[in-house]
Parts: sequence; C-alpha cells; structure tokens
Amino acid sequence: MGLLSDPTRRRALISLLTRLNTPICAVCYMAGVAWFMGLAFEPFTLRMHMSENAMGSTMVEERFQAGERALVTAKEFGVQKNKAGGMPVDWLVKAMQDRGLEVFTQSFSRTLPFPDENKERFMVKGTNVYGILRAPRAPRTEALMLTAPCSQGNDNNQAVGMLLVLAQYFRSQVYWAKDIIFLVNEHDLIGMQAWLEGYHHTNITGMEWSPLQGRAGAIQAALSLELSSDVVTSLDIVLEGLNGQLPNLDLVNLFYAFCQKFDVLCTFQGKLQRNDWDSPSGYSHAVQTMMLMVLKQASGHSWGDHGLFLRYQVEAVTIKGINSYRQYKTTTTTVGRLLEGMYRKLNNLLERLHQSFFFYLLPSLSHFVSISYYMPAFGLLAAILLLRALNLWVELSAPPATEDGVANVEQQSSSGVLSVVTPLVISHLTGVALYTLPVHFQEMAVEHFPVSETEAVVLTAIAVYTAGLALPHNTHRFVSGEGTEQGWRVLKLVAVLYLAVLLGCTALLNFSLGFILALTLVPVAAGVTPHMPKFPTACVMVVLSPACTLLFSVFAFHELQETPLSFQDTWLLFLSVISQGILDHALYGALVFPLLAMLVYPCWLLFWNILFWK
Amino acid sequence: SIGLAMNSAEQFFNSGHTNNWAILACTSRFWFNYRHVANTLSVYRSVKRLGIPDSQIVLMLADDMACNHRNPKPATVFSHKNMELNVYGDDVEVDYRGYEVSVENFLRVLTGRLPPSTPRSKRLLSDDRSNILIYLTGHGGNGFLKFQDFEEISNIELADAFEQMWQKRRYNELLFIIDTCQGASMYERLYSPNIMALASSQIGEDSLSHQPDLAIGVHLMDRYTFYMLEFLEDIHPASKTNMNDLFKVCPKSQCVSTPGRRTDLFQRDPGSVLITDFFGSVRKVEITVETINLTDSESGELQNESRSYVDQLPVSEIIHQKPKQKDWHPPDGFILGLWTLILLVFFKTYGMKHLKHIL
Repeated sequence: MGLLSDPTRRRALISLLTRLNTPICAVCYMAGVAWFMGLAFEPFTLRMHMSENAMGSTMVEERFQAGERALVTAKEFGVQKNKAGGMPVDWLVKAMQDRGLEVFTQSFSRTLPFPDENKERFMVKGTNVYGILRAPRAPRTEALMLTAPCSQGNDNNQAVGMLLVLAQYFRSQVYWAKDIIFLVNEHDLIGMQAWLEGYHHTNITGMEWSPLQGRAGAIQAALSLELSSDVVTSLDIVLEGLNGQLPNLDLVNLFYAFCQKFDVLCTFQGKLQRNDWDSPSGYSHAVQTMMLMVLKQASGHSWGDHGLFLRYQVEAVTIKGINSYRQYKTTTTTVGRLLEGMYRKLNNLLERLHQSFFFYLLPSLSHFVSISYYMPAFGLLAAILLLRALNLWVELSAPPATEDGVANVEQQSSSGVLSVVTPLVISHLTGVALYTLPVHFQEMAVEHFPVSETEAVVLTAIAVYTAGLALPHNTHRFVSGEGTEQGWRVLKLVAVLYLAVLLGCTALLNFSLGFILALTLVPVAAGVTPHMPKFPTACVMVVLSPACTLLFSVFAFHELQETPLSFQDTWLLFLSVISQGILDHALYGALVFPLLAMLVYPCWLLFWNILFWK
Repeated sequence: SIGLAMNSAEQFFNSGHTNNWAILACTSRFWFNYRHVANTLSVYRSVKRLGIPDSQIVLMLADDMACNHRNPKPATVFSHKNMELNVYGDDVEVDYRGYEVSVENFLRVLTGRLPPSTPRSKRLLSDDRSNILIYLTGHGGNGFLKFQDFEEISNIELADAFEQMWQKRRYNELLFIIDTCQGASMYERLYSPNIMALASSQIGEDSLSHQPDLAIGVHLMDRYTFYMLEFLEDIHPASKTNMNDLFKVCPKSQCVSTPGRRTDLFQRDPGSVLITDFFGSVRKVEITVETINLTDSESGELQNESRSYVDQLPVSEIIHQKPKQKDWHPPDGFILGLWTLILLVFFKTYGMKHLKHIL
C-alpha cells in the first residue's frame, strides 16, 4: 500500500515530523537566509542580455550635438521659473510650440489628508504642460514618452532644458514610427499621477484634473529625466516603482548597452560597476546593491516619476544625472546622444516590451537574479509555517489524556473553532482602527495636544499600535475556551496558516516586502507558545514586530548607503517614513500601509494573544 | 549555304532554352530584416540589367522597407553602406507584396495552379524550354524556410513542387539559390532532373549578415548575396563566365559559413553553363537571308511522336541514381503463421482453462 495510506507508515512519518519539527524548522530558516545571501554571488547570477529581437544588435551613429544649447535653455527656464514663482506655463507652451510640437496643458488639484512635511505642501494645485511630436509618416497608434519634472528652486532645470533641445532635434528627423510625448510635470509624483489618470481615463486616487485635449496612442515606453547640474559625472538608473513593481529588464539592458557604447559611468543604487564580481569585496558590493534594491522595493514607494507608469503596463525608468565632482566628466552632448540612441532603439519596437523579465533582483547592472532563483528562498521560510501547522494539526487530533471523559473532548472540539473567532475579530478591528483613526482624528488630536497635523497622525498611529499590545489582558473575559490547551493550539494553527497565505500572496506581488516580513514574523509564528517565559518573549516579539522591522529597515537603508544615522535621527526618519507611507496610500494608491495595518499587524496581534494565553 | 542555314536552324532548335524566367522571393518582414529585402532587390537588379523583362520576373517581397516609417531615407533600399547603391531604384515592379507572400502562393506560382483571375504579372508562364532562376532568402533552419513569422515551407514540399514542375514541363533547367541559415538543407531532398542548387551555408552553420549602415541602423545585406552581387556587377549580357566562377563566390574566409552546391541532378557540366543562361535573357537570334524549309522528314518524325501524360520520360532513365537500400522484411504470411504457432503451443502446454484469464 502507499506511503500515506498505510496506517503504520503514516504514524511513523507523523512521529518523525513531530519529533524533528523544531530542528527542521531551524534548518529551513537558515537555509532560506543562506539562499538569499547567496543570490548575489556572481557564479549564481545570469548575465544581462537583450531579449527583444527588434532592439537588436546594430547601433546607429547618433548625431545629436546641441548639448550647450540645452544648458542655455535650462538657464532660461530657471529664470522663467523664478519669475512665475512655480511652473512657467505660458513660456513652456510657447517654447514647445516654437519647436514644432502640438502643445496642451492640464491643470490638477489635490488636498492632501494632512500636510506633507518633507515636501512642505498641503493643498496642491498645478499645471502639466506636454507637447506631442507627431510621427511624420506613421499612424498615430503608438507613442514614446520623455518626462522631466518641474521642481522647486533650481532643481531639474537642466532636465527641462535637455527635454526641449531633444524635442527640437527629434522634430527634424523623418524616421519616427511612433509619436513622442514630451511632458513637464509639476509637483513631481502628484502631477504625474494626474496626467496618467487623465491619459488613461481612470480615477483611482480621487484627484481632480482637467481632461486631456491631445492624445497620442498607446505608450510603449517612457523615460523620466532628472538632471540638476551642468556637469554630469555619472548616470544613475532608478527602477523601483509603486508597490514594488519593476520595469521590464530589457529597458535596463538598453540603458546599460548605451552606457557601454558611450563610455559613460553608470551607477545603480548609487554604486559603481566593477570588474571583479567574484572576489570577496565584489561579493559584498553586490550584496549591498541587492539589499538596497530589496529595501527600496519593499517600501512600495515610487522612487522616481517613472514608478507610476508601471501600473498602466508602460515600461519606464528614471535616469538621474549625478555630479560627484570626479575628474572624468560626461558632456551634456553625450547624455543627449545616449538618450537619442535609446529612443531610436525604442522606435524599432513592434510590440510592448515583454520578452524579458518583469520580476528580478539586480546585484549589479551587468547581472541579474530572476524570479525562479530567488523564490525558493522565500519558499523555505514559508515551509516552516506549513511544518508548524502540520505539527499543530497532529497535536490537535491526538487523543487527549484518559482522565477526561468523552463528553469533555466533544465539548472542547466544538468550542475549538468558535474560540478562534473572537481573537481574530478583535485583532482585525484593531487593524482597522490603526488604518482609519490616525487620519480621521487628527483635528481632535491637534486640539488637545500641542502637535502639528503630521505629528498628530503619526503619533496616533503609534499609539493605536501600542494599545494593541494591551489587548490580551483586557479582552480575555470575552474569549471563550480560555485556559484550555486546545484553545491556543487552534488559534495558533489558524494564525500560522493565515500568515502563510498572507506572506505568500505578498511575496508574489512584491517579493522584497514578503521576504523581509517573513524574516521577522516566521520565527515569531513558529516559536511562540503560552508556556514560554512571558517578559523576555514579549521583548523579542516586540523587536520582531512589523513596526520595529520598519525601524531597522530605515537604519539598514542608511547604513548601506554609507550615510549612517544616530538613533535620534533614525527615530525621526522612522516617523517621517510612517507619514510618507500613509500619504503614498492616499495620493497614489500604494498598498503597503493598508497591508501592514489591516492584515500583517492583526496577524502579529494573534501571536501576541497566544503568548499571553491564560 | 542552304545546308549551313539548315545546320544552324537545327542547332537553333536543338539548343537548351529559349526563354528565361526568375522567381525572387524574400520571406521575412519587420524592419530588422531589412537585409533580406535588400538581398532580393539586388538579385532583381542584376537579373533585370542582364535582360530578363519584368513580365518574366515574379518578385515577392514580404515587407515594404523603402516606405517603412523607420527608414531615414524613404523610398530607398541600400545594399552598400554609405548609400552607394540604391537597389530600389525607380522602376521596381513587385508582384507579390506583404502578406501575399505565403507558402501557398509561392507553391501555386511554381506549379501554375492559380485561380483564373490571377493577372499575368503574377504567374509563372514558363514552358519546357524555359530556364528558371529561383532565389529565396529569409530565416531558415534545418529543413525549412520561415515565411512571414507564422508558417514554414519544408524541403520536401519544395522538392515535390519542383517535381510537379518537371512533370508539367514547366522548366528546361532550374537554378535554385538560397541564402538563409542552414540553407543546404533545402536542396537536400530535390530529386527532379536538370536542377542546380546553391546555398549560402551548410547544415549547422548560420549565414551571417554583412555590414551595418550607421545612419540607417540595420544590417544592409547578407554576406553571400553581397559577394554574389559584386560578382554579378561584372557580368554583362555577352560575357562568357560560367558556373564554376559562381561556385567560387564567397569562400569561407569572406563568408564565415561554407557555401554549398548540388550539381548531380544537372545534366550538363557546370563549366559549360553560362551565367547568362540563368541570370540573363539572351535571345538567340540568327539572321539569315535564305529561306529554310521546315517541313522536313526529320523534323516531321519528331513532331508525330505523341506525348501523352503517362508517356513522359521516367526520371530514373535520365538520372543514374543509386538504388535505395530497401530493408528486408520477412513475408507477411510468415509472421501470421508464426504467431498462430506460438498461440497453439501456449494453449497446448497450459490447457484451455487458462483462456478464461485472458477473455
């Protein structure tokens, strides 16, 4: 008979499972972490290669020469920006019209739920200006995009200057098979979201915008440019988009190929490329780059204007020009040629970019880790939860001690499932409170306490979070089945399975977020029982809770970027990160804050409940 | 002198071919396959220059490169970089364009099985005294040629189409040139007489492209056709260059792949075959002032010989091929008897009661 249908063999297997459960879980955890760290090891990674046939191997000789004119235009734009005290709409419209584009504007307005202290805005009103270069001979079915943000002060003037000069150069060529849209957006991400919503006729975030008068067809690819200085020593590429979505790897390949062609220093995560990736220092460099990407992706924040395009299936990246006062400088003409080359290659596309990977991790610009390589690391961590669940199931279905009567057993098993419902409901209500209370009651908080609105929101969130810690003491009287051995096992079984499903779904959409949460929550889930010493275990649990994970991630992020922070600074940054997370959710539809507040935190609270089970 | 005129008349009627046709097909589309269209157009240009008129050329181009939106020099197709030679010209006549270039249409053109409404320019109206040049280019593999990114023609289909042409007396001699990866696989299965085949690479080898043009941004030609074009540019209608020189075009040092050829089905010695026999249209014109009486007894004999469809020349009489090795099978009845014996022995040994286990 089969392995699982033979009773004796089954019993043997189950006893093996229960005896060795903890060692296997420990081994799985260490294997998962080791697998993840080994991903950046160069022999395990794949070389980047261009997968799209249409963007093939032949390169064109680029003829762009107007780098100096770009700088002049940038200065002029800066002057006009200062004069207008914001976006010089009329000047930009005239500039684009003079260059032969079809120019349109869009106005938008949005009131943030509470003031944004990082960018110092609360009621945002702005205008986007965009010009369409019509392809001379092609039907207007497809388009490419180039965007430059109109930022405060003197930032990104050179980006707009380059955009205008490129528009003029592109206009005189006959070989465009797609329309090109040149967009200058105000208030960076908010303006971009307004434009995208207007272009695609959706309204996800409740922003008000005027409808777009001019359209150009389906957008195949977009580039967002950020250039703030006349002198550029390196170009950085930013990939991470909203909710951890990444652009197609072919776009990164394209950028890297042109970096190599023009001998431009290209960086990723601000780190240079090197030749010796398989040496120990090379390995640590690669691990740092990969960890930075993981942390950025896990935040669910869009790290450039390009991040909002990804939701609409438009592949986009942000290219930042960086001046690090090196001796080797790149001229603006070279940057313009690089962009020209990229656009000519994108012009050859016949379909949307789909041949290369959408899910990957980059330890460097020349190597990548595909989803099939990194998923097993998460799988090993999720396996721990499943093993634990099996163990609990076996314990629950084992016959009880003989002194209890049969009736007792029945009563316990029937109350088993119902006793779980109460902690579940209470935890989720706390989660909902964490999601809604901070923003709704900020006025009341400001009335009663001497804090600004932003601080009120953040501190309310932390208060609700900490209040949840006190729940087990206060809600035990509502919980039936208290004090039974079965009760907490059933709750733990449900909680472990719930966590497994939750983390699995998260890892599929945003691997980095799922993995980081798994790293801290899986030991909690696997190890917690009411029989452990309360105070030390409670401390460990708080350290491994989602909020502290966030705190440590902020700290690690700055360590990896070689700008270490003191504890005071880390705490302040942590508070601002919470407010940014809530704002991201309100403004762009980022899902990290609702996920953490309404699903992950209640799950953690269930384990907290189990710890304090009486 | 009448005898001399009669002699030349006899020679005239006994010579090989009287007209030339060309079928030139480019089977791939999309901008990055620019070089296949340029290949086909350069052969078209040579063939037209050497005399074959448009009415006797069937030109099939799967995509329009000259007017492609991405062409920085619209209405041109270049074969040499720095835009030295525009093979598109201003009198190109494309017979099959775009999606009309399909395997079905190609085979129908070859075999003549076209619907009655097809115009003359799209038909191959050859007869048994036509020399036909067939040039194919595109993406290919071992035993197939890709048409249009969604269908393929196999070497067996091609061989059968040529056999149909032979049986319907649609050609006198045929020169088949193919410039694709693993092109030699396409002429492997040919079995009809009077075919000479040339390919740009052997099985397992890739045919490489020649040079990119940095202004246009694509590879302009494939190597084999590029060197063949250079060779053909030196040919004029009266030149006596023969096929052996064509075989030497594009050695491995220039082409990286090894060009291949097949001459065993061809009856004449390649050294005696002029390039213009296939690439040009050299009309045999004999000017004489004598009157020649054609109703001679000798020629009458030839005319009375009836040729019905079944009496055509069997191929094996013309081509001395090695007989195929047939594998030996034991006769069928023997096998049946053997199994009956086995069953009888089985049931005798174990008895009939075991029959119920089987039934």
